[in-house]
Amino acid sequence: MIEEQAKVKQQTRRILNRFGRKRENLIPILQKVQGKLGYFPREAMLEIAEFLDMPEIDVYSVVTFYNQFRLIPPGKHSVRVCLGTACHMKGGYIALDAWKRRLDIDRGQTTLDREFDLETVACVGCCVMAPVTVVDDKPQAKVEPTKVDGILLSFKLEKERQGEESR
Amino acid sequence: MKAAGLQSVVSTFREIKSRAESQWWELRDGGKPVVLVGTATCGRAAGALEVVQAIRDELKKQKLDCPVIEVGCMGHCYAEPIVTIIKPGYPPICYGHVNPVIAERLIREFILGDDPCLEFVLGALEENDLVPSFSDFPRAKFEKKVILKNCGYIDPQQIEHYIANGGYSALVKALQMPPEKIIDEVKRSGLRGRGGAGFPAGEKWEICRNASGKPKYLICNGDEGDPGAFMDRAILESDPHSVLEGMLIAGYAIGAPFGYLYVRAEYPLAVRRAQLALRQARKLNLLGRNILGSDFSFDIKLFQGSGAFVCGEETALIASLEGKPGIPHYRPPYPATNGLYGKPTLINNVKTLSFIRHIIQNGAEWFVSIGTERSKGTAVFALAGKVVNTGLTEVPMGTTLRQVIFDVGSGIPGGKRFKAVQIGGPSGGCLPESALDLPIDFDSLADAGAMMGSGGMIVLDEDDCMVEIARYFLDFTQRESCGKCTFCRLGTKQMLEVLDEITKGKGKIKDLDMLVELAEDIKAGSLCGLGKTAPNPVLSTLRFFRDEYEAHIKEGRCPALMCRELIAYYIIPEKCERSCDACVGTCTVEAISANKKRVKVIDQEKCVKCGTCLTSCPPQYNAVVKLSPPSQVPASK
Ligand SMILES: Cc1cc2nc3c(=O)[nH]c(=O)nc-3n(C[C@H](O)[C@H](O)[C@H](O)COP(=O)(O)O)c2cc1C
Ligand code: SF4
Ligand code: SF4
Ligand code: FES
Ligand code: FES
Repeated sequence: MIEEQAKVKQQTRRILNRFGRKRENLIPILQKVQGKLGYFPREAMLEIAEFLDMPEIDVYSVVTFYNQFRLIPPGKHSVRVCLGTACHMKGGYIALDAWKRRLDIDRGQTTLDREFDLETVACVGCCVMAPVTVVDDKPQAKVEPTKVDGILLSFKLEKERQGEESR
Repeated sequence: MKAAGLQSVVSTFREIKSRAESQWWELRDGGKPVVLVGTATCGRAAGALEVVQAIRDELKKQKLDCPVIEVGCMGHCYAEPIVTIIKPGYPPICYGHVNPVIAERLIREFILGDDPCLEFVLGALEENDLVPSFSDFPRAKFEKKVILKNCGYIDPQQIEHYIANGGYSALVKALQMPPEKIIDEVKRSGLRGRGGAGFPAGEKWEICRNASGKPKYLICNGDEGDPGAFMDRAILESDPHSVLEGMLIAGYAIGAPFGYLYVRAEYPLAVRRAQLALRQARKLNLLGRNILGSDFSFDIKLFQGSGAFVCGEETALIASLEGKPGIPHYRPPYPATNGLYGKPTLINNVKTLSFIRHIIQNGAEWFVSIGTERSKGTAVFALAGKVVNTGLTEVPMGTTLRQVIFDVGSGIPGGKRFKAVQIGGPSGGCLPESALDLPIDFDSLADAGAMMGSGGMIVLDEDDCMVEIARYFLDFTQRESCGKCTFCRLGTKQMLEVLDEITKGKGKIKDLDMLVELAEDIKAGSLCGLGKTAPNPVLSTLRFFRDEYEAHIKEGRCPALMCRELIAYYIIPEKCERSCDACVGTCTVEAISANKKRVKVIDQEKCVKCGTCLTSCPPQYNAVVKLSPPSQVPASK
């Protein structure tokens, strides 16, 4: 655990070194750190607060204010269900339910095995294909409950195949 | 500016332009066929990158040497992926719904052979005798492309394409004008802000120019928070330099040395393309110190938003630029006098700034000649929802809603009936059939209970529940409220609870009056536009679709068969085919079983109302129906 914390500190510091010590850099810094770590462990926030010479609580309040920032580690695969107007009206909420049921988590959570995390987004700009779910950065069109099962099955098969190869 | 400086501007740019033009014409008239593929986000989602790869592979296999160019978005979303082939001897032909297999055929049969594969044609970009052109489409009569003109036609990743098509010429012209003259031109054009509120752009520029305080800042608002809109994304991805040019001219006019381009976090491709555009402009000294040898210096920094709707509001946006939570503050003072770090700051929407170069180039009179009395120029809309031609369109202000939805959008798919159109997103409203002949402009829409907003237009048909859409927007604004104002924070929550109850059939008639009262309180007690406009979707649906609210409350019935607590799925025994079990396998919760007569029956306890059975039941049987209220399901024996 201690080792893990040291690593987080080191990775954060490496990113910080590329920025000036100005408060206006806070959000760009947060974006880069999350890009690297995937979320904000406490050590990372402490490190950032110290670097910008601001109270830790201010860093925390910015992290919690913006939807983009996460406080829990992401899964290996990200599932982002579009709940923009077009997607919602064409059944985005039904897709969200199907994901919740199958992954057995709520929005904003990560599965226990850290395979998937589930988020919602507002319009990813391809309303034509509503309802859309973005899975690992690829927008999937017309996601109905059967398609959710199909996508999960293909991940499972992929994992099994990799398992066999590594054996 | 000194005359010597100006001469150098003109001559330096002349050189840049002639190089760009020769590159462009080399491409277009170089004797080789050229393939254009739309790879904006919409195209990618439909598989455009796979199409690009297939085209490259096939060209290699056939040993053909022709350039493949990635362009932006033409606005025909419904037909993505779109490929355009420009072959000498033919008009430029555009193909729709292209997949890798069709792409390979186009290479073999059209580029290598001489068969233009008419079966895949969407339209030609120029009039000709061979294939119908886009200008023959019924929608062409209504559309007028000004700021979307380059989109889907030039490569957004090559500044030369933009320059060869007239780009940055307006900047050069502007640099030869005194700033006051530019502001005067923008004022006379009547241009109003396209970010939603429609404030006159020229006036804002003048206030900012005359404000004391240094340095001044410029911000381009590309936050595009309306969850049903994608105009600004398409422009940034398809023609980023037009936005930069507008920013440069605005910066020169108000005397700002620095600008921010604020782009929403959910738009990674727009961010990449804008960043590339900035680098290219800097390299040609169209950005940076002493632009083109003049004494005007200006630079632009791209800032990515972090996913908060309220940050589209100008004072919240400024707070987030300063590294703080995006919480709005009271205006006045307005940003034009006290903005970023307390300095005078001009903030305009992406589209507003995109118009600038056209106004400078063609003059205020040209712009005034388009549009209505009080709303000049064109309006860009993102059409989505239950409409055949989803996508982007640009029409003169004053075009009617009916023309946009039925002529440009080709109406409602599947023979369904139009019910309403949602305009202005979470701040706007739903307008019914009777409003369809309204000419679109800032004032008419506001009078009708909606608002122009930034251009999101969602078409709703008979299957869409008006109480549910109001609930949806309230849910959105309630989540996105920054929490500063009590009425916005708690009032929206309370309205949402009432709406939740109604969609579950647990509402009371007096709730409707309470909604109106709450709406008034929230409007009066909120500081920023988010709270002030949050009740609009509820008020407009109550005004035009009160009967739907009443059906939910009095009869426990959802007329559109959408609200899940008020519907049940039912398999009509007489219609169910004994030998078919299509629905049984698709039901994700195993709620369907066959009875002794092999008729399929839904276990209402298990059913989660996902609708899969309804779509999977073969059309010749059509045995699955939705019933509302759920008590309509006959009791099982
Ligand atoms: C809650 C809220 C969200 C807003 N979102 C946006 C937005 O996404 N894009 C935008 O350009 N303006 C948005 N605005 C309007 C801006 O505050 C501002 O008026 C606008 O950027 C000014 O530019 P314009 O004069 O060119 O329209 C929003 C306003 C409010 C109250
Ligand atoms: S109206 Fe709502 S979003 Fe706007 S400042 Fe008040 S609480 Fe925040
Ligand atoms: S609506 Fe969904 S859950 Fe209910 S029976 Fe049909 S397929 Fe099964
Ligand atoms: S609403 Fe989902 S992509 Fe636009
Ligand atoms: S064709 Fe691109 S936004 Fe649709």
